[in-house]
Amino acid sequence: MYSEKVMDHFSNPRNMGEIENPSGVGTVGNAKCGDIMRMYLDIDENHVIRDCKFKTFGCGAAVATSSMATELVKGKTIEEALLVTNKAVMEALDGLPPVKVHCSLLAEEAIHAALWDYAEKNGIRIEGLQKPKTDIHEGEEEEEY
Amino acid sequence: MDHLIYLDNAATTKCAPEAVQAMLPYFSEHYGNPSSIYQLGSEGKKAVSEARSTIAKSLNADLAEIYFTAGGSESDNWALVAAAEAYESKGKHIITSAIEHHAVLHTCDYLKKRGFQITYIDVDENGIIKLDELKKAIRPDTILISVMFANNEIGTIQPIAEIGEIAREHGILFHTDAVQAYGHLPIDVEELHIDMLSASAHKIHGPKGIGFLYIRKGVKIRSFIHGGAQERGRRAGTENVPGVVGFEAAVKKAFDGLEERADKERKLRDYLIERLEKEVPYCRLNGDRTKRLPGNVNFSFQFIEGESLLIMLDMKQICASSGSACTSGSLDPSHVLLAIGLPHEIAHGSLRLTLSEENTIEELDYVVESVKEIVEKLRQMSPLYEDFVKRNQK
Repeated sequence: MYSEKVMDHFSNPRNMGEIENPSGVGTVGNAKCGDIMRMYLDIDENHVIRDCKFKTFGCGAAVATSSMATELVKGKTIEEALLVTNKAVMEALDGLPPVKVHCSLLAEEAIHAALWDYAEKNGIRIEGLQKPKTDIHEGEEEEEY
Repeated sequence: MDHLIYLDNAATTKCAPEAVQAMLPYFSEHYGNPSSIYQLGSEGKKAVSEARSTIAKSLNADLAEIYFTAGGSESDNWALVAAAEAYESKGKHIITSAIEHHAVLHTCDYLKKRGFQITYIDVDENGIIKLDELKKAIRPDTILISVMFANNEIGTIQPIAEIGEIAREHGILFHTDAVQAYGHLPIDVEELHIDMLSASAHKIHGPKGIGFLYIRKGVKIRSFIHGGAQERGRRAGTENVPGVVGFEAAVKKAFDGLEERADKERKLRDYLIERLEKEVPYCRLNGDRTKRLPGNVNFSFQFIEGESLLIMLDMKQICASSGSACTSGSLDPSHVLLAIGLPHEIAHGSLRLTLSEENTIEELDYVVESVKEIVEKLRQMSPLYEDFVKRNQK
């Protein structure tokens, strides 16, 4: 059901992991629906994304779109990164099954959430960036077994 | 491993060689229509009648009480819709459980739209129906109780004898979806007071596209497929003779040494459960430990999502299934896992492994090692696990 590119990014995810003391971090989605994405950004003084890493709880498409999104924004300025849409992520992955399109939207939102965090931390305003709407709440505890 | 490991026998099974061999002559040799008058047709007719008799005996039923259908879903649809219509004048209330297969639940939705009232009885944390709630739900206008024999996801076996007795006492029809239980557990429709029972061939190493509905003599039920006089006029359509013959072969095989096979499967099942429980941290067995289908194993692994797990298992040539949203085709995880009280995120991380007697300890060892490796890999990727680790460090 998945393209070769999706399978490649799922089995060998690029930039998976954490960044210590990131310039910005954003988490979107919720465990109820089965997808959570977290993006870490390391941004230099020229507003260029030096590094980007992700962690994702979700299906194959969720992992693959996160992985592809990190590749697409790495090395870009924050303005350029804002132009990385879910469509761009999908195209780069040679498409997604219709039921998985929301995963690419989540990847776009995760990048936006991390940029929003960066802007807030630095007291700057990024033109065209909206406050992310699906940020999950920190205190939501999961039950343990 | 050098071969595919099939652990999805609750989805479907490999057709047994005995069934395939039995079917073959009925495609191009004895291909006559059983309704035809000439010799060629009567061979098919005889085969269908023999199969009906074999199946009737397997349930302690009469051969006139077995109606062949295209499978479990059709049997469930027929039992519910036709019984509801036939008993409408007595009442419009139906009782079922919260963890039925969609073939029952969605048929109930359909009946609800047509003016019937449905009560869904809750289950406990192991998936066993609450009998006191069932008793309380009975009303003067209750016409049907439909509770599955054993659950397809978590393998829980329901207290069918008790439900049968309750239904009998109140003069209410009792239907059970026995698709997962038939051929795996002994079933006696007299002893258990079952009025209708659905079963399917492909879950017991028979062919796909054939099943039956047992309807007790005296139960008023309307035809579901209208047309010819097949199946005593209640289910029209030329008989699927090869399917019926293959079904019979599978039934013979399933009931010959049923206990022995079930014991073997239980040993494999418990070995797999024990190793996974011991060796994978933050996991939970779903379903009852003892009132459980011989071949069913169902775990939730915290912090990970089921579809990812299935794809990675597939890469290791292991076929399994999950109750995550991604495999259900909606945003919600399995209604069964939610009904036993699992939070959404735990339900998303479920894995169902359903065994057959053909599985070996070596295969299961390989599966355990693979699951351990994959769960660890996915947890390293999971922000939920990261948060959990950080919380524990504090």
